[in-house]
Amino acid sequence: MKTLLRCSRMVDPGRGIDGACDLLIDNGVFVQVGGDFDASGAKIVDVPPDWVVCPGFIDMHVHLREPGQEHKETIQTGTASAVAGGFTAIACMPNTDPVNDNAGVTEFILAKATQANKARVYPIGAVSRGSLGKQLSDIAELRKAGCVAISDDGYPVADALLMRRALEYADMFQMPVIDHCEDLSLKGDGVAHEGFHASALGLRGLPAVAEELMVERDITLAGLTGGAVHIAHLSARGSLRAVKSGKERKIRVTCEVAPHHFTLTHEALAGYDTNFKMSPPLRETADCDAILEGLADGSVDAIATDHAPHHYDEKALEFDLAPFGIIGLESAVSISLDRLVHSGILSLSRLVELLSTNPARILGVEGGTVVEGAPADLTLISLDATTTFKAADVCSKARNTPFDGWELHGAVAATVVGGRTVFVNPGLDGATGFSIG
Amino acid sequence: MDYSTSSHQVVESNDSAMPVKTIQARHLLSINDLSVDEIMLILETAEAMKEIGSRAIKKVPTLRGKTIVNLFFESSTRTRTSFEIAEKRLSADTLNISTVGSSVTKGETLIDTARNLEAMAPDMIVLRHPSSGACHQLARVCRARIVNAGDGMHEHPTQALLDAFTILAHHGCIKGLKVAIIGDLLHSRVARSNLLLLKLLGAEVCLCGPPTLIPPSVSDFGVRSTTSIEDAVTDADVIMMLRIQKERMRGHFVSSLREYFNVFGLTSARVERAKSNVIIMHPGPINRGVEIASEVADGTRSVMLEQVSNGVAVRMAVLYLLAGSGETI
Repeated sequence: MKTLLRCSRMVDPGRGIDGACDLLIDNGVFVQVGGDFDASGAKIVDVPPDWVVCPGFIDMHVHLREPGQEHKETIQTGTASAVAGGFTAIACMPNTDPVNDNAGVTEFILAKATQANKARVYPIGAVSRGSLGKQLSDIAELRKAGCVAISDDGYPVADALLMRRALEYADMFQMPVIDHCEDLSLKGDGVAHEGFHASALGLRGLPAVAEELMVERDITLAGLTGGAVHIAHLSARGSLRAVKSGKERKIRVTCEVAPHHFTLTHEALAGYDTNFKMSPPLRETADCDAILEGLADGSVDAIATDHAPHHYDEKALEFDLAPFGIIGLESAVSISLDRLVHSGILSLSRLVELLSTNPARILGVEGGTVVEGAPADLTLISLDATTTFKAADVCSKARNTPFDGWELHGAVAATVVGGRTVFVNPGLDGATGFSIG
Repeated sequence: MDYSTSSHQVVESNDSAMPVKTIQARHLLSINDLSVDEIMLILETAEAMKEIGSRAIKKVPTLRGKTIVNLFFESSTRTRTSFEIAEKRLSADTLNISTVGSSVTKGETLIDTARNLEAMAPDMIVLRHPSSGACHQLARVCRARIVNAGDGMHEHPTQALLDAFTILAHHGCIKGLKVAIIGDLLHSRVARSNLLLLKLLGAEVCLCGPPTLIPPSVSDFGVRSTTSIEDAVTDADVIMMLRIQKERMRGHFVSSLREYFNVFGLTSARVERAKSNVIIMHPGPINRGVEIASEVADGTRSVMLEQVSNGVAVRMAVLYLLAGSGETI
């Protein structure tokens, strides 16, 4: 059914749009963007005037846990969580059980995603078989099955030669290598950022240089090979310095940051709440400040949550023993609107680049900007709504978040995938009843 | 002080006009839980408790009817027996649970172990555990009052209190004293608690050890650090030695125990550089010939055995004051 969506404000930096714009949608794709419309036979939907329409947000770093760890999350619950968080698409990491190092697992994930029928899922395949870091996966097979990138996330690609070869080989298919940069020998038994708070709390330290060293290594290798490297969950100012330098030298490096790294620091560790334990860890104010600067000035390319659900029992263990990671899909957009846009650090247009335009470009997938013929994926946000993020109310199976109870200015209003409204925010005035297609 | 009566005063404010009679905190997890006044109260109470240990009948009925569980997830002779004797002298009913031979060996989580214990309504739990922060987690789950007997690398508050008691017994004060803490500072909960307590009481603390074992951001603790033991012990009033474990060679913290002793071992010659009335302390157990020379450990300046006996009195004081806070007993 044809739908004419009348938006009093659409923000699409890819097309240089920030203002009123109408969209004609049919059969799940954008038929026309702006200009004069032949809207005969179209259902007319007026977007509430205080909402902003954006190209669908893409979270390029999510752990869906299926197959193998369904007690933490499933593709069903993970994709529901994604759209509740305003994401029309997510890229999922291969550290499932079995690891996604073959077409079989990739196809399983895609089939489950289709069945769930919520957010699009772009699988990321493993760099190495079993992510053991010894032998390359069959990357061509992974590409053919539907993977958009390769990563051994959870682990670094520790062997420099393997990283070199992966960069060379993956480039054949225009796939980036996404690295979890961490020198394992420097990591040791660390559980918290090496610094004053870890020292005071008696927690083994994770030095920032463990990340920086490998970031430098990967950028240098990308320079050597001409391949594309994407730095996952960047957390240290030294790493960002290396990325900036790499970009200046025209090396194909991009990076992402997670909301917890631009809102929390290692001060939060007092009390030993494992909802503040993640890898890479929460670091210093200076690192947080550097990341905020990088988000504004363009050296950071994307915001990605590293959504890492864990079962309550697992996080209820001693700080040393609890697994690293927090969920993030349903808090990211509100946190970004509150802490980045409302605080004046960056414009909404720039935020859309970080959440949509750039992730689409880095992964080489459709979306990121509204284009005739492309699937009608949209994220509708309310800049003015205030919301209290509650762990108990998330769609995710897991509750491991440090943001429980945070009052935030800005919220997701609705999420549209392929012209279908897959989520409306029940707590928002004017949301219930909003529907396209 | 007469401990045979069962009345107890509850005091609210902490201003200098009215002396502190109780501890405000519900648990003793860290030295940070105590104010200076509360620390002095514990030390004064310990003085009285010490007297009980010299009687023919070493018992007072103060904690009669209270159930105290010693929940030890790490083996420990010294600390556990010290707490046990303290509890028995106060007439409490004590229970010892250690990792060997309990459901913990079957893989039960800390929280589940605690909840099962809670169901039997103990009044206090004394916890020793290999993970930093274990006491904090227990405190979130248990109604019983928790006393930290050592959590991972984090703190060992009663050790610092008995160390302060020992120092006071010899030097009469702590303010202005030069205290050197020497050894594996990075992994030491004793060092952390002591450095907090001594700083709070106005001592001049100097940390000493190889650079690999000095905690990162040490200057943010507001104490001096040095890699020279000669520098650290010069004119010291108190020298506190810490254990260096053989396993520190894994992780390349030290090259060998032999070299460690040569560079950082407390020898008689090095002790000569301290003040003539210096006291030499060690939380135990000592590694002879590794962090401390035998003749120094057994020498006249060593107060290690006094620390052990003071431990009972100090722990009696802590248990008495913590059990009594906010309640009549």
